[in-house]
Amino acid sequence: MTPKNDLVAPVVNRRNLAEQSARFCFLFCALLAFASLVIIIAFLLIKGLPAIGKIGLWNFLTDTDWNPSNNQFGILSMITATLLSSLGALLISVVIGVLTAVFLAELATAKIARWLRFAIELLAGIPSVVFGFFGLVIIVPFIDRVAGGGGNSLLAAIIILSMMILPTIVSISEMSLRAVPREYKEGSLALGASQIQTIFRVLLPAAGSGVAAAIMLGLGRAIGETMAVILVSGNSPIMPGSLFDRVRTMTANIALEMGYASGLQQEALFATGVVLFVFIMLINGAVTVLAARSGVKR
Amino acid sequence: MKKTIYLILAIVLIIGSTMTFAGCGSSAKNLALVGSTSVQPLAQELADAYEKANPGVKIDVQGVGSTAGVNAAHDKTADIGMSSRDLTAEEKQWKMQEIVLALDGISVVINPENQTTDLSVEQIRKIFKGEITNWNQVGGKDAPILVVSREAGSGTRTAFEELTKVAVKKDGKDVSLLKADALVADGNGSIQANVAAKDNAIGYMSMGMVDKAVKAIKVDGVQPTVANVVAKQYSLSRPFLLLINGEAGEPAKAFMKFASSPEGKKIIGEHYIAVE
Repeated sequence: MTPKNDLVAPVVNRRNLAEQSARFCFLFCALLAFASLVIIIAFLLIKGLPAIGKIGLWNFLTDTDWNPSNNQFGILSMITATLLSSLGALLISVVIGVLTAVFLAELATAKIARWLRFAIELLAGIPSVVFGFFGLVIIVPFIDRVAGGGGNSLLAAIIILSMMILPTIVSISEMSLRAVPREYKEGSLALGASQIQTIFRVLLPAAGSGVAAAIMLGLGRAIGETMAVILVSGNSPIMPGSLFDRVRTMTANIALEMGYASGLQQEALFATGVVLFVFIMLINGAVTVLAARSGVKR
Repeated sequence: MKKTIYLILAIVLIIGSTMTFAGCGSSAKNLALVGSTSVQPLAQELADAYEKANPGVKIDVQGVGSTAGVNAAHDKTADIGMSSRDLTAEEKQWKMQEIVLALDGISVVINPENQTTDLSVEQIRKIFKGEITNWNQVGGKDAPILVVSREAGSGTRTAFEELTKVAVKKDGKDVSLLKADALVADGNGSIQANVAAKDNAIGYMSMGMVDKAVKAIKVDGVQPTVANVVAKQYSLSRPFLLLINGEAGEPAKAFMKFASSPEGKKIIGEHYIAVE
């Protein structure tokens, strides 16, 4: 055991070349994942920070006007759109998702649970562009008929996003419900509590941090979603005044204009990416803390 | 022992990276055209015909947007860049070869349900700037106008805003005055889909790509047709540019020659206007 080799656990049979090289192969792969993260962060910062310097952090974050041809680069309307669409989607999918998870973990018969779980896993596997297309041909015309204004709106984005994050919330909430020790439930029932009382007073509070982690993961996915949102949200860079206004999220802004951008506009799009990255970092941090507190293994 | 391992690793890495680079390098007969999504369908048609006439040649046409096309030609990641707008003052300084492949009209399109048939350039400008907001202000029914535009930097948008003066010059730069709440659709196809699906929508798109799902209206009383663009009657037209940085390679030269041959011009003439 030479000190140089402390990146990889020592091998019992040091003569075994295959063993040794396999270990280095694993180390190399693990380092690749880490290296990609470092390279992406460095790339984002190098490309994005100069624009924040030129535009001014305060202007960039608090100005609502985005008009690259007039050198106006304010992303407040897009930050707002990202937050409203993601939180709106959470509002819907947390209620449905957590109740579904309770049903799956506690109430459903094994057969129904199996089918339901299969359906939810399938929902998770649908590509986001298909969700977007579904929204464009079904939900957008529906909103147009009911409320007018074209239908491409914050509401359409919220509905599509809530469908997309539902599987994440259901499966992780269910896992954390199942991780609650059996004794809790048995104790509660033995004390004369009904099944529903047990679920709401004992199981859900006990699984609380796991459910919270599920919610945060769902939020992360909603914030990062791009393709589906571009198709249904209308992409106008304005502050949304109602659910029926067209909105442009941060991810949509980057995806829409990156192909055309050069100079300061391109840098400003990378800077949008930096802001987005900070959001995702905060959420992932929260997930790590919450997951560590609950028994859920991710 | 450890040295051997590192040696093996190093060899694997070197072989791996060499193979990657070899994959990227193009053989002499390949040609990459990169740029405007408006030019892409025409370039693809020309490329298909050219590949048919010259077996063994492979032409890769990518529609990623005019600005990206100009940049790709400039940094030579593409053999030929495609742009559906004129070059900006900054881009002109790169002194690339500019070849006008064709002329294209920009059609102003509305939903087929809409009874409006004719708008003046001034009315179009006011609609896109948000000064006219209801169809009854231009002789239509009482319904709010839904403006559909392309994304900032699109060649079609840049040309459209310049021709209709929705963009104004400020410090030598075109500044867009498009109303902020316009629906933004990415690509000609998306414009067409949105206008086709929404009764009160108005948008604009490459004339060569309009089909029956939408209605192209007269501008200042002139129908958007190839003949009217040739006769310079139809005011909303722009060039499709091919851009080459430095000396063109043999495959690029041969392709250009094909595009300006009678056969190439016939393909161009189907939907666009060939130039001399």
